[in-house]
Amino acid sequence: MNWVAFRMLTGDRGKYLGLIFGVAFATLLMSQQVSIFMGIINRTASQILDVRDASIWVMDNKVRFIDEAPGLPDSDLQRVRGVPGVAWAVRLYKGQLLARLPDGNSRSLIVFGLDDASFVGAPAEMIVGELADLHRPDAFIIDKAGYEYMWPGEPYRLGRELQINDCRAVLIGVCKASAPFTTLPVLFTRYSTASTFVSKERRMMSFVLAQSVEGQDDEEVCRRIEKQTGLMALTRDQFFWKTVKYFLGSTGIPVNFGITILLGFVVGAAVTGQTFYLFTIENLRQFGALKAMGVTNLRLVGMILLQGMLVGGAGYGIGVGLTALFFIGTSPITHLAGLHMTWAAVGGTGIAVFVIITITSLASIHKVLVLEPAIVFRG
Amino acid sequence: MTIQLLDSHAQQTPDDDLSFSAVVCRGVTKEFGSGDTVTVALSGVDLDVSSGQMTLLVGESGCGKTTLISIIAGLLDPSAGEVHVFGEALHQMRGRQLVRFRAENIGFVFQQYNLLPALTAAENAAIPLIIGGEPRTSAVRRATELLDAVGLGNRAGSYPHQLSGGQQQRVAIARALVNEPRLLVCDEPTAALDAKSGQTVMELLKRVAVQPGRAVIIVTHDSRVFGVGDRIIHMSDGRVERIASAGKS
Repeated sequence: MNWVAFRMLTGDRGKYLGLIFGVAFATLLMSQQVSIFMGIINRTASQILDVRDASIWVMDNKVRFIDEAPGLPDSDLQRVRGVPGVAWAVRLYKGQLLARLPDGNSRSLIVFGLDDASFVGAPAEMIVGELADLHRPDAFIIDKAGYEYMWPGEPYRLGRELQINDCRAVLIGVCKASAPFTTLPVLFTRYSTASTFVSKERRMMSFVLAQSVEGQDDEEVCRRIEKQTGLMALTRDQFFWKTVKYFLGSTGIPVNFGITILLGFVVGAAVTGQTFYLFTIENLRQFGALKAMGVTNLRLVGMILLQGMLVGGAGYGIGVGLTALFFIGTSPITHLAGLHMTWAAVGGTGIAVFVIITITSLASIHKVLVLEPAIVFRG
Repeated sequence: MTIQLLDSHAQQTPDDDLSFSAVVCRGVTKEFGSGDTVTVALSGVDLDVSSGQMTLLVGESGCGKTTLISIIAGLLDPSAGEVHVFGEALHQMRGRQLVRFRAENIGFVFQQYNLLPALTAAENAAIPLIIGGEPRTSAVRRATELLDAVGLGNRAGSYPHQLSGGQQQRVAIARALVNEPRLLVCDEPTAALDAKSGQTVMELLKRVAVQPGRAVIIVTHDSRVFGVGDRIIHMSDGRVERIASAGKS
């Protein structure tokens, strides 16, 4: 009877396409919004994940997220180095500074000051230039999106100059870096160079980046650092989630996206549910006739579930496809870098569509199960 | 045409041999609702229907003929009484057993045809075979042969909306007969048709459906087709009022 169910479903092309459209629309809205939400939330802590050469972040014990790290005294670096289990530790500056371009315009920048000797925390992939050139005086590297933001439409040209706090800064490379939450350019320089950019501050070191001795558990080493120095020490993942949780709990981002995602679910459920239910109601006499002719309730339930799965599968596939097309289409846009369709969004949306189809099918199934086959004898 | 009055009593005399007749009803009562709102649709109906005959169930609207045919077809449970179809106690059957009995023994022709609009005439006619587990291809082939017998061999690939009312009803008759049921129940098969089409459908039923070993019960209030039946059961107020035999002279 499966082909009968299929033909019943596809027989009325308008309703069939309407059902698929409802599911596809819901899928598109949910998967696209969930993906963007995850991308934006990931951006809040993307710079933590970008640092792949150190697994421990040490900071002031009141830090709530990466952008709110008060300076540490330089002596803290030595204290961290003295903790058993710490293989090495280097300093890292992270701050937001104002740069002046040659044409007189000013731009805010996120500046990373890397340990002069090791460059721990440096970008992993260069597009133009060499990381080693960071040793040159006043040198800096900027991320791709930052370059396009600072010099829109212009080809990569090294040697460009900026003024930061009246100090000269020279571009020696363009790198790939994860987009930050604020979409500001990300500038990498040596710690010593950064110290010339920063206004006079007694404490400039934002973080100490450390690495455990091989074979030591990072979390255990973090606990030792905290116990011995009174500072906060977190593994990369712990710091990532601490930052993410701050943004989730302290901003309106989850609420805004949550409302849109919920609307996608509700609209999808309403459109699909109503159309599918009406489809069942219109076919009630046919279902009654099938019942009279000897089709069991179980088989009818199977037919309705099959129809639901076909609609759900087709709509979901189209919706996910449209979401993929959206992200493919927007991938060249620099400001949308890092926003892409995630497996979690695809999977989560799949579950939501399954729920929509289940709810929708249950209403129809109930109608058919309570249907008296004798209805077919009532004119 | 002459109609011979067989029994003028309000109820038919019960026949003790339940296996003799195709359909035997004894004291069948059906009530709808409960308490003060109870409605009695059938009141102690006794009835025998023989195989090889076309039996017409006639009467005014609301007299209980549709309720009775629903009970005989196993679509409604009687409130009281017994229903035996080919010796099987239908009133004692429940669930899957009843569904299987209907699928294997009873064919249906409905007033509104109830064809699936998305299926062709042949596919519609094949449905009972497919319900019975026959592969789709062979089921459609057999259904097409039967459509030939009802004069629609050249419309096997047509969809219901491409057929006239009479043609749709003929497809419905082919569907009802395709798995060779022992009991055929028809509910107002001519009600939605004009006089000519109605007569054609009734004659078709008489020619194709009535066979030895098969009982045909037709609910109708269309007096123009009374002459086609072998036996006419008149109902009134939930009871069998009288039974007459009809024949062409």
